[in-house]
Amino acid sequence: MLTFTIRRLILSVPTLLFIALVIFLLLELAPGDPMAQVPMTVPPEVKEKMRLALGLGEPGHIRFWKWLVQFFWIEPLNLFDHYFGTTFAEGKLRVISWQTRSPVMDIVVQRLPQTLWVVGMAYIVGVLIALPIGIYSAYRQYSLFDQAGTFVSMIGYSVPPFFSGVLLIVIFSVQLGWFPSIYDTTHVVNDWASFKVQLRQMIMPVMVLALQTTAQISRYMRASMLDNLNQDYVRTARSKGMSEMVVVMVHVLRNSMIPVVTVIALGVPSIFGGAIITEQVFKVNGIGQLLITAIQANDLPMVQTLTFIFAILIVVFNLIADILYGVLDPRIRYD
Amino acid sequence: MSVPHKLVEVRDLKMHFPIRGGLLQRVVGAVKAVDGVSFDIYQGETLGLVGESGCGKSTCGRALLRLYEVTGGSILIEGKDIAEVNAEELRQMRPTMQMVFQDPQASLNPRMSVANIIAEPLDEHMKLSKSERQARIAELMDQVGLNRDFANRYPHEFSGGQRQRIGIARALALNPKFIVCDEPIAALDVSIQAQVVNLLEDLQDRLGLTYLFISHDLSMVRHIATRVAVMYLGKIVELAPRAALYSTPQHPYTQALLSAVPDPDPAIAANRHRQILTGDVPSPANPPKGCNFNTRCPKVMEICRQKDPEFREVSPGCFAACHLLNDDQNNKPGRVT
Repeated sequence: MLTFTIRRLILSVPTLLFIALVIFLLLELAPGDPMAQVPMTVPPEVKEKMRLALGLGEPGHIRFWKWLVQFFWIEPLNLFDHYFGTTFAEGKLRVISWQTRSPVMDIVVQRLPQTLWVVGMAYIVGVLIALPIGIYSAYRQYSLFDQAGTFVSMIGYSVPPFFSGVLLIVIFSVQLGWFPSIYDTTHVVNDWASFKVQLRQMIMPVMVLALQTTAQISRYMRASMLDNLNQDYVRTARSKGMSEMVVVMVHVLRNSMIPVVTVIALGVPSIFGGAIITEQVFKVNGIGQLLITAIQANDLPMVQTLTFIFAILIVVFNLIADILYGVLDPRIRYD
Repeated sequence: MSVPHKLVEVRDLKMHFPIRGGLLQRVVGAVKAVDGVSFDIYQGETLGLVGESGCGKSTCGRALLRLYEVTGGSILIEGKDIAEVNAEELRQMRPTMQMVFQDPQASLNPRMSVANIIAEPLDEHMKLSKSERQARIAELMDQVGLNRDFANRYPHEFSGGQRQRIGIARALALNPKFIVCDEPIAALDVSIQAQVVNLLEDLQDRLGLTYLFISHDLSMVRHIATRVAVMYLGKIVELAPRAALYSTPQHPYTQALLSAVPDPDPAIAANRHRQILTGDVPSPANPPKGCNFNTRCPKVMEICRQKDPEFREVSPGCFAACHLLNDDQNNKPGRVT
């Protein structure tokens, strides 16, 4: 298993470099001018100087190399300095956002908690709701509960968050006035009352996102349970005189969880990627919102860095899913 | 020998599976997999249950241990009707009766090690200390001829024959009296079949087990069974001691079935009269009127299409269900003597 992991990690280096190149070239080829937002009154020669100041005067391969050095060497050095108080990265140029002129990583670190709180919580809630639904729907296949679950999943799949989110706002904020329609990221939780406020403002975005996760994971869980419920070893377990609880929760569930855990692990990077639409609807200024504004402003270093971070997460969680598969299923050995 | 003790008494066992259809998924019919079967199994004997694919052998075996909810009839095991008892009582009775399944690969949980598979019933039904448990696992593995060192391996790491031994060890764990062997050798190759059958016989001698041995392999049943029951389309057509059944089959279906067994001696095989049945087995969802076998029987008579023959004792110890064997039909042509 260790050899497998190390080999996969080494192999992921060229993969990631290639992904970085593709992202860079895509952004290079995409239309748009970082100077587009500068007022028309600014003379063209000044604009040209600004462009050169951003480093756009240099050829593409030089800029790509510079970005690689900044991302893989200078940023980690900064992180090291931050934790150990050293000054290795002193005076070296970091990846700078064109919009704010501050380092991209600093902004990411500021935005990440909001995203993790809202989107991460939604993922956990979604999975926790989905598993029991999936298990019970499979155990009572075609029952009323199962049919209702299928119907709700179909809604969860097919209704986009810009509809369900706005619908929730109209019902619960405008009509009933129960929850605030805007997520306040400056809110500080320091006592019970403020925790309740935090909970109230989180509920709607979390539920909108959880609906989608639940729809997906509960379908996987149900299908996987159904696969296993008809297996011969389940009959063996019953003939051993195991109680129904043990048969379902130990024998069937443990075998059914193998593919489901993989699906859950593969979904984790999307938490860090944020939920672009839902964050916009509820005004959560998280990573998704950061990415969309960066794209609108042609903030290439920001877009490049964010997209590349997502790529790293996806590659890493793919590896984690593969390792989990090997851990959970004794029939699979990577050597 | 005194009168043998009846361990299992089955009376008019019926196992029908509903067929649903239409928009509202109503029950529109039933597959009569087992349709009114009665027999006894005596303590210490092996009852062979044979028949072609789809005749309801496996269903019968499973219904006998109530792995299905039976549609009708009674199953008395040691005087207790297991078709009636509630789920908890049934669970308590599981140690007495066990099953060895057909597919040793699929019937073992792939995520449990051999030790856990064998020990699970022990944990559920007995209170053993850790060392007793360990000792019992080792003892069972010895009994079925598995190396003790393999206890922590997983089922996929074994060969087919070894897996079937695991299945047998598992079934033996709680000292059952009665084991249903549901085609335990069908998934194994011939050399391994012999090993497993010999193992089953050894265990029977040593532990005094009673088997219901379900198989479509007539020569294997001849080897292991004390008495043999022949099933056709959900019913038992003939039940007789092994020797009687193989030498003088009474029912036309049994005769046809036995004529299909290949003979190792080419001289005999060349002169053998092979009775080939024409047509297919009727659907168990829609069995023919009268005798189930009347569509394919070479000696079919008028009454066969009208009336279902009664399953009765035709000579001491031999039971059959055929109008040819009824006394009032003696004057009809084609009578089997």
